[in-house]
Amino acid sequence: MQDVLWCFSQVKGTIDIGVTEADIISTVEFNHTGELLATGDKGGRVVIFQREQESKNQPHRRGEYNVYSTFQSHEPEFDYLKSLEIEEKINKIRWLPQQNAAYFLLSTNDKTVKLWKVSERDKRPEGYNLKDEDGRLRDPSMITMLRVPVLRPMDLMVEATPRRVFANAHTYHINSISVNSDYETYMSADDLRINLWNFEITNQSFNIVDIKPANMEELTEVITAAEFHPHHCNTFVYSSSKGTIRLCDMRTSALCDRHAKFFEEPEDPSNRSFFSEIISSISDVKFSHSGRYIMTRDYLTVKVWDLNMENRPIETYQVHDYLRSKLCSLYENDCIFDKFECVWNGSDSVIMTGSYNNFFRMFDRNTKRDVTLEASRENSKPRAILKPRKVCVGGKRRKDEISVDSLDFSKKILHTAWHPSENIIAVAATNNLYIFQDKVN
Amino acid sequence: AGLGGCLKAPAEGTGDNQDMQEKETVSPERAEEAKLKAKYPNLGQKPGGSDFLMKRLQKGQKYFDSGDYNMAKAKMKNKQLPSAGPDKNLVTGDHIPTPQDLPQRKSSLVTSKLAG
Repeated sequence: MQDVLWCFSQVKGTIDIGVTEADIISTVEFNHTGELLATGDKGGRVVIFQREQESKNQPHRRGEYNVYSTFQSHEPEFDYLKSLEIEEKINKIRWLPQQNAAYFLLSTNDKTVKLWKVSERDKRPEGYNLKDEDGRLRDPSMITMLRVPVLRPMDLMVEATPRRVFANAHTYHINSISVNSDYETYMSADDLRINLWNFEITNQSFNIVDIKPANMEELTEVITAAEFHPHHCNTFVYSSSKGTIRLCDMRTSALCDRHAKFFEEPEDPSNRSFFSEIISSISDVKFSHSGRYIMTRDYLTVKVWDLNMENRPIETYQVHDYLRSKLCSLYENDCIFDKFECVWNGSDSVIMTGSYNNFFRMFDRNTKRDVTLEASRENSKPRAILKPRKVCVGGKRRKDEISVDSLDFSKKILHTAWHPSENIIAVAATNNLYIFQDKVN
Repeated sequence: AGLGGCLKAPAEGTGDNQDMQEKETVSPERAEEAKLKAKYPNLGQKPGGSDFLMKRLQKGQKYFDSGDYNMAKAKMKNKQLPSAGPDKNLVTGDHIPTPQDLPQRKSSLVTSKLAG
């Protein structure tokens, strides 16, 4: 299989000297067909891009993504009872599979999940009897004839409306939401608990996992991410801050505190350090599209696990191992707690994750080759091929390499997304969204 | 944690002292740990334990309780009111957030620049 050449396609967002915190992108997600691409930001806003139809006249230009809809999903709230501010930052967006003309997505902040309906309106009724075209009520005594209103075309309008609000079910901060393959339920996970919801019911949810100890002093680990199996509606996994993954089967019991499978890589005790547990904390877990594997991201690596083998991952990829000798300063500036996500490509043959300095990494599972690319305005000429980047670890630095000490740790790529079937990727670089595509010959 | 390519296991064996010193290399992680402990000798005995998790569960929220604040002011009388200190995110003990520690009121909601 020939290596893919990645090209710049588009970049969204502004080039500001100072980044407004609200503009920082906090989640990116393609829908199931790849036609839509949603982003959420710290300001609680969702922006949805739609891929334009490919033009036969310009076959070399693959469909570009243009703004389709934008709305304020969550607003800042204040919990008066606890004197706590609830951030409006969108932690996750998950699309529902399309079942009719409208699109549905779930968006969540720390406390509340919302189901949004995004629909198009391209016709409107005209010729009402009781009101004018501009909505003013007509004087009934002036009406002498009745007519039937007709639908006439209008300029396309895309509306987003909140259809359900799932609130007050989480004491701790929601880190994940996952739509079940039954399309009737979904789960939301916070640091200590996972709840199962029915889309139709907002005033109740089932608690399916609860790891809160009776005495909080005994707390040793928290839930970091959770996801449903792509095909088996009874199966889900959740990861922990201790680097473990538990697979649960909802058929065994109502409360899935006892796992069906427990994935953990044995640690070499002689290598243990103060940082060991922190860097082993899993920041993201994702099922492969096939449902046979799970991928986990911890601070320095990405691992692929076979569901049939619990005692170790089948593949481990080093994302930025050169940071191992920088852990002290990364702990001091809190970067060691950064939560990177990871994604599969459509065929599960390549995995991608972000790093610092606006670098992101791809690992081809078949060829075992990897590449480091950069999301930067400097490489933003249309269809410009991205040049692989290399970090130099001590010793002589070649001309186009960058040394570890020159890396910009404020430029972190935490969120990326891969089109479900094509080689199109979306990379969130702080307040900018980059879209890259493979080279079309 | 996964093993990095640059890690070398400390040498074992009962050879004489000089041999051991030559073979033994400190892993980068351990070296970083030593650096950290040198800077912060009182750092938690239990790495990655309750302290981290508690901090995580609180996640940078700023408590401001006017009742606490006014009572503390009354108690303090002439003394300085203790501020939240260097780590404003972790509020423990007598330290309470004061109005100065709180972030500015958020600006009005505007459309995302991605949609511009």
